[in-house]
Amino acid sequence: MKSSNPHVVARQFSIYYHRQPAVKNVSFAIERGAVTAIIGPSGCGKSTLLRAVNRMNDLIPGCRAEGELIFDEENIYDPAIDVVALRRRIGMVFQKPNPFPKSVFDNVAYGPRLHSRLSRQELEERVEQSLRRAALWDEVKDRLRQNALALSGGQQQRLCIARALAVNPEILLMDEPTSALDPRATGRIEDLIAELRGAYTILIVTHNMQQASRVSDYTAFLYEGELIEWGPTRDLFTRPKEKRTEDYLTGRFG
Amino acid sequence: MRSFSSRHLLDHAFSGLSYLSIGFMVAALLVILGPIAIRGIGAYCFRGTIEFRLFVLERFHRGSAERIGEELQVARRAREPLYEAMRAFEADLENDPALRRKLGGDYRQFQTAVRELLGPLPWDPAPLLMRQQYGQTRWDRALIKQRKALYREEWDYSDPSRMGVQVWRPRRVHYQGTRLEPAFDQLEHRLAEMLRPRWTFYGRFLTDPSFDAHFFGGIWAEVLGTLCLTLGAMLFGVPVGLLSAIYLAEYATEGRLMHLLRIFINTLSGVPSIVFGLFGMAFFIHTLGVTDSKSVLAGSLTLALLILPTLIRASEEAIRAVPAAYREAAFSLGASRWHTVTTVILPAALPGILTGTVISLGRAAGETAPIIFTAAVSLGEPLAWRRLLTMPTPALPWNLYNLSTEHAAVDEIRHVQYGMALTLVALVLALNLAAILLRARVSRKLRG
Repeated sequence: MKSSNPHVVARQFSIYYHRQPAVKNVSFAIERGAVTAIIGPSGCGKSTLLRAVNRMNDLIPGCRAEGELIFDEENIYDPAIDVVALRRRIGMVFQKPNPFPKSVFDNVAYGPRLHSRLSRQELEERVEQSLRRAALWDEVKDRLRQNALALSGGQQQRLCIARALAVNPEILLMDEPTSALDPRATGRIEDLIAELRGAYTILIVTHNMQQASRVSDYTAFLYEGELIEWGPTRDLFTRPKEKRTEDYLTGRFG
Repeated sequence: MRSFSSRHLLDHAFSGLSYLSIGFMVAALLVILGPIAIRGIGAYCFRGTIEFRLFVLERFHRGSAERIGEELQVARRAREPLYEAMRAFEADLENDPALRRKLGGDYRQFQTAVRELLGPLPWDPAPLLMRQQYGQTRWDRALIKQRKALYREEWDYSDPSRMGVQVWRPRRVHYQGTRLEPAFDQLEHRLAEMLRPRWTFYGRFLTDPSFDAHFFGGIWAEVLGTLCLTLGAMLFGVPVGLLSAIYLAEYATEGRLMHLLRIFINTLSGVPSIVFGLFGMAFFIHTLGVTDSKSVLAGSLTLALLILPTLIRASEEAIRAVPAAYREAAFSLGASRWHTVTTVILPAALPGILTGTVISLGRAAGETAPIIFTAAVSLGEPLAWRRLLTMPTPALPWNLYNLSTEHAAVDEIRHVQYGMALTLVALVLALNLAAILLRARVSRKLRG
């Protein structure tokens, strides 16, 4: 797939769990500032592919990658790369909201405190700015000192987004960010993704095809570790080129 | 229908059994702790005599000298008729060889009993041992000594088919018609006036040093020794245990070596504590030479080794129980492994780690065998701050054993033994209670 201004490029990229391939020989280019959705049936390697981008797969014993995954002219899987710096530039939001058992403020401030020496005032500004961008500020501005686990599930997930945004990443990876939330909270997260579009390159894995069609500019369809189809969301949903894409979209399997 | 009712029956049987076992445990606990508590309280709360108040005034300078002086005057006046009779009888003994042959030996027994009861007789030279300088300080002990003065231990051999039977016969029948006779009435009926018992709360039993091999005073040396040994064990054990747990849970990759290491740790927790003591003496004192002889330092190090397996396992469990999501979140924000451990995982694992630590502290406080070899002495000064680590020390568990088996007058200091037992149990219970409260507090904070 050609893209005018790619942010992340994969070339013959594969991931194995021990001998078992999870992602097979995929090539793609993710456009800067766009929202790209990855869809596909369970176990097709969507999450594995997503977690490869910030090397979260390193935590899984026996997981290894082949081929190239280029971010900013560097191979993400280059042994010489600084993983910590990489993860600072590529933020992530997980399936289940996972705020730390700390205060709302400390959650958002966790990343900035790690990477830069900010004064108290700068830190407060950064926290407020991040919470505003995650559309959470008005709800929590009076309870910044409260434990984050006291927030509702939807608020917790937006807090996690704010926490990821606080380190000023370039890319935001979202691994089924609404699957644990009710429809109303899901709607707010989707609105938020729409607001963040342009400022960040967003890669979102979702089970929900309506969600993919609502929020994304591009959609990739993954099936059994293979990239079946990749294209502008409207084209893929209305005129799928591949038979398997059409079958999946119409609910014949998956 | 049948299967339903039998399932019901089984259900009831199981809950009945579990209630029964819980009840049994509670009963066992009461049976064990009840007597310790009741008799142990006797060390703190008892009917103290004028001799007790005199001792406290003279050794610890507590109490009003004036009032105790007055009271002592009254008590001495009450004792005067008794002493008068004894003086007169002693004069008769001096002059009458027949009487001396008949009653001289028995009178010496009586004299000894009176000395133990009321302190030195007015015409005695000043005694050397502190236990001979004062009368009975506790009314319960005084009553036993009173019996010893009033009655004579005899053996009844009248039935040749049985062993001799011990009987107590009134002493006074032998003295009928002598000038000592009024002394028995005095002793029997006016003892309370001579000793003036009064309910006393001796809270300082915990913080007073002991005198004359625990005949007098409190148990401060033992309490302080136990506290120092326990804190020392924590000081040495917790950092090592925590770091090992972090390594095992976060860094180590499972393999044959790890498997072996785990077997070692589990084996370590099964080693009898006396072996730890022997090892502590051989390694810390003889090989490393941390001190020339027994010391708090050697004892703490040995206890630290003893609690290490428990500490490691509790901390590792607590760390492993931290949700993987926290770890992922920290990594995804660009935290290094060490940073993740210190800022996210350890705070979240804190309740479990604290519980493990405090429970193993309770174990360290009560351990006897390791400190026999490395730290404990039967009698000693309370630890001095300047030589805190290099001094040997008495400690509650060891001295409890020592006082109830090897002391010269085991019977005389029962209250001290029970007082020590109660204090030790209370100390361990307090530690466990602290663990529960601390855990509740920290996890409430984590839950928000």
